[in-house]
Amino acid sequence: MSTLRKEISNGSFCGGIDVDSPLRHFSGATRTTNTNGFAHDLLEISMGPHHPSTHGVFRMDVIVDGEEIVQLKPVFGYLHRNHEKLAEKNSYLGIIPYTDRLDYICSMTNNWAYVLAVEKLSGFQATERAEYIRVIVSELTRLFNHACLVGFLLQDMGALGTPLMYAFREREKILDLFESLTGSRMMCNYMRFGGVRCDLPEGWLDEAKKVVSDYPGFIDQFEALITGNEILLARSQGVGVLSRELAISAGVTGPMLRASGVNYDIRKTDKYGIYSRFNFRVPLGDHGDVFDRYMIRVLEMRESLKILEQALNQIPAGPIIDPKAKNRGLRPKAGEVYSRIESPKGELGFHIISDGSASPYRLHIRPPSLINLTILEDMCLGQTIADAVIILGSVDIVLGEVDR
Amino acid sequence: MNSLDQIFVTLKQWLLSYVPTDFQPVGSALLSIVAIIAVFGTAFALTTILERKGLGRIQNRPGPNRVGPCGFLQPMADAVKMLTKEDIVPYAADKVLHYLAPIVLTVPIWLAFAVLPFGRNMSAIELDASIVFFFAVGSASELAVFMAGWSSHNKYSLIGAMRGIAQMISYEVPLVLSTVPVLMLSGTLNLNEIVNAQSGFSFGVGQWNVFTPWGAAGFLLFMIAATAESNRAPFDLPEGESEIIAGFLTEYSGFKYALFFLGEYLGLFAVTGLAVTLFLGGWNAPLAFLNVVPSWLWFFAKFGALIAVFIWARGTVPRLRFDQLLNFAWKFIVPLTLVNIAVAGIWYFSSDHLAYAVRWLICAGIFLGFYELLGRFLSLKRAPRTYRYAE
Amino acid sequence: MKFNFQGAGIVRGFVETARNFLGSYYDPERLTTVEYPERKLALPENVRTVPFLVYDHDMSGLRCTACKICEQECPAACIKIIKDTVKKSDYLGKSQFQPQVFDIDIAVCMSCGICAEVCPFDSIKMDQVYELATQDRFAPLILHKEQLGKSNAYFHAIHPTDAVETDSLRDEAKRKAETKAAADAAAKAAAAVKPKPEISTTANSQSVGTSATANVEKAVAT
Repeated sequence: MSTLRKEISNGSFCGGIDVDSPLRHFSGATRTTNTNGFAHDLLEISMGPHHPSTHGVFRMDVIVDGEEIVQLKPVFGYLHRNHEKLAEKNSYLGIIPYTDRLDYICSMTNNWAYVLAVEKLSGFQATERAEYIRVIVSELTRLFNHACLVGFLLQDMGALGTPLMYAFREREKILDLFESLTGSRMMCNYMRFGGVRCDLPEGWLDEAKKVVSDYPGFIDQFEALITGNEILLARSQGVGVLSRELAISAGVTGPMLRASGVNYDIRKTDKYGIYSRFNFRVPLGDHGDVFDRYMIRVLEMRESLKILEQALNQIPAGPIIDPKAKNRGLRPKAGEVYSRIESPKGELGFHIISDGSASPYRLHIRPPSLINLTILEDMCLGQTIADAVIILGSVDIVLGEVDR
Repeated sequence: MNSLDQIFVTLKQWLLSYVPTDFQPVGSALLSIVAIIAVFGTAFALTTILERKGLGRIQNRPGPNRVGPCGFLQPMADAVKMLTKEDIVPYAADKVLHYLAPIVLTVPIWLAFAVLPFGRNMSAIELDASIVFFFAVGSASELAVFMAGWSSHNKYSLIGAMRGIAQMISYEVPLVLSTVPVLMLSGTLNLNEIVNAQSGFSFGVGQWNVFTPWGAAGFLLFMIAATAESNRAPFDLPEGESEIIAGFLTEYSGFKYALFFLGEYLGLFAVTGLAVTLFLGGWNAPLAFLNVVPSWLWFFAKFGALIAVFIWARGTVPRLRFDQLLNFAWKFIVPLTLVNIAVAGIWYFSSDHLAYAVRWLICAGIFLGFYELLGRFLSLKRAPRTYRYAE
Repeated sequence: MKFNFQGAGIVRGFVETARNFLGSYYDPERLTTVEYPERKLALPENVRTVPFLVYDHDMSGLRCTACKICEQECPAACIKIIKDTVKKSDYLGKSQFQPQVFDIDIAVCMSCGICAEVCPFDSIKMDQVYELATQDRFAPLILHKEQLGKSNAYFHAIHPTDAVETDSLRDEAKRKAETKAAADAAAKAAAAVKPKPEISTTANSQSVGTSATANVEKAVAT
């Protein structure tokens, strides 16, 4: 089989690839006499865009030898919605609801990344209370994003919904908090230049404290359910290993990079917002496999809880938005800015070029999901189809963000 | 007591008394067939709804509760939906095989029920080698899975079928081997006699095989192999919906899909019935004074409890990977079944020399020692990890 | 306590699911799902779905002045406004346009609430209706002025805090306007002696409650 693999990698292989396949252009293959797609013991499978575990409309063009993957090509763009181009037509304020829909699981952090970029561009400063609120909602977002991720990962692993449902049960509590705060469960559209849109409703902080104090119970329960499970260990340890060097050179960020042992958390390196005031640690993995990526998320949830406890107790009274900050009809002076935050999935950056008009000249998003996804093939080669699914699950992608 | 216990037997004899003597064997067979199809057809419907409800409760949601009282008419709604759906056959499919596969799966499985003793004097046919017959008809499902996967002409189906074949053949071995201690110790291949061998009571507790070390181990191994044999989670790789869509079922719809569904559940019921018969004392009551309860009720109570365990497992564990599944079968389960056979031998020959408790401890110790050592050896590099933190 | 035999992790998982299974029967807290059509959760006050237009008393008291700010600001561009040709007197007694056509395509609307945020007249607010499914995907999803207009009482019912705040601001503005009008009348009476024509316009632009809304109105005026 090794000769065939060589053929594939140098492009001379042509068996089993259908003439209409995009892989034909990828590997230089031409139509073979065998038209049924089963030739040379290799099988090309198009996993997706309609597939139960590609997390949306994502496609993996996989060539397998038995169940072992010899080539994998991620194909995305099925959910492209023109976010960056739309931004060029919208007002600065009108872009905020669109950022909700990038990574539709965590709209709060997307809001923050964008708002931070515009604040940097136009020199606004969020008020003290607003900074605390931002930290609180972002860490809550991180909590349920990671909970969902591990739930989805185990769903991909075939745990038939139980871990996912437990994760969703907790997510529901946080979404209820968001609903009473912002009026919407997922599309929060909450942050504004210089602050946030509305103040915390009465009793919100107590509810949030209750959710935060109950949350460790959920993590314990979740870990009892699955972390020590021998099947999970067997499925995830040593699978989809991402080396430190590859992770760095591919620009991987977020929990995935930290699972590979690189100490890089923008909350620590950039100390954006008021993260310098909080006492928390960054968990690091040593193996860079699926299990590490799973555990890093679990441990990060525990660290997020620490930040939340501090922030919920320290939050000061005061205005929620800088009265000098202009939201409607904002025309920042011409200039260029790149701003980034540590979103639950990694480094989420917004690059805005302003020409002084009411909408950005150009807005570019650095989506962590997309960049973390680019090395999918490197992690999947030599693994099986079942592994490819959980490796994809452990990357933590949201197609809304990948395709924008 | 006896009249209630034998109510179905007397009913059948009463009905048969109206049939001419020459046709009584045929009539008897037909009556048994009708009874089995009715009972296990209902059990299938009930299991689907109870499984969904149970899984729902495990996942902290109420489960289906819209159709009929507490949702118990849901299977009817499902059946109507399945029957009215379009039956799609792929253009490139091998139409004959595609059509035959669900039938080939379902029919032999019904045959397996013929030898199960559902109660005192309640097995459809009396065979001297009934367990051999059981495994013989039970293994026909492999063929159906492969027919389905191959004929669909779909890559996912093909992968699912390959997985199915390898998995079922691999687990057939431990499934049969784990029953060997029972056959050794009871000295018969006849399921009725195996049940009779477990009918005694010591200190008021039934002398079930599961209460002996080799029986408990055999029961565990049998259940694991049965889970794999019936393609249930965590061994549902042939279907593996998060990996290969629906495996060999990908191209099936409508009634053919329903038949596959039925066939899988019947396979599960058959091996569960066998587990009850071999290890849990069949239709015997657990405690002596509970003998007043009809025997068939005991069979179905144990049967239901085991089905619940399958559902519980489905709600708990993630799926294995294919190579791990085969490793698990050949490197772990099969050696353990062999050890278990040896343990059963020790148990048998030590009966005259050692006290019961000592014998029990020695046999359990041998098996558990092997279990632990083999398990450690196979999962050497895998353990929960500790993590370092950066400040 | 932790037993570490082979398969202990799986056994712990089984214990956990059994606990949840039993727990779901005696601890209804665990069951987060709600039997939806029969039981509906009370919505938090901030909940927003699609926009609606507030009117005082009846449709002729529609607060909207067809200033088109929401139409401009709507990120999804789902609002269509056509100004009426005749002006009507608003609650401050000021002559204002009203919309002849005010359509919102709720198939396009993404419920962001920016229209309500930028409206200087407290006219467009976010509704809390959520059973919006229709069988036709075009006409029934375009809400017209008649469907959008809802009373101030309804606004009070769904967003009490916001409504009370809005009303107090409007009352304040009205009170100011009335005192201004009285002052104007007095000034007019005085002007009968010494005429000064500009004074009425400046009075108008200062009459609206907060400085922010006043700014906006100026912007509209210009």
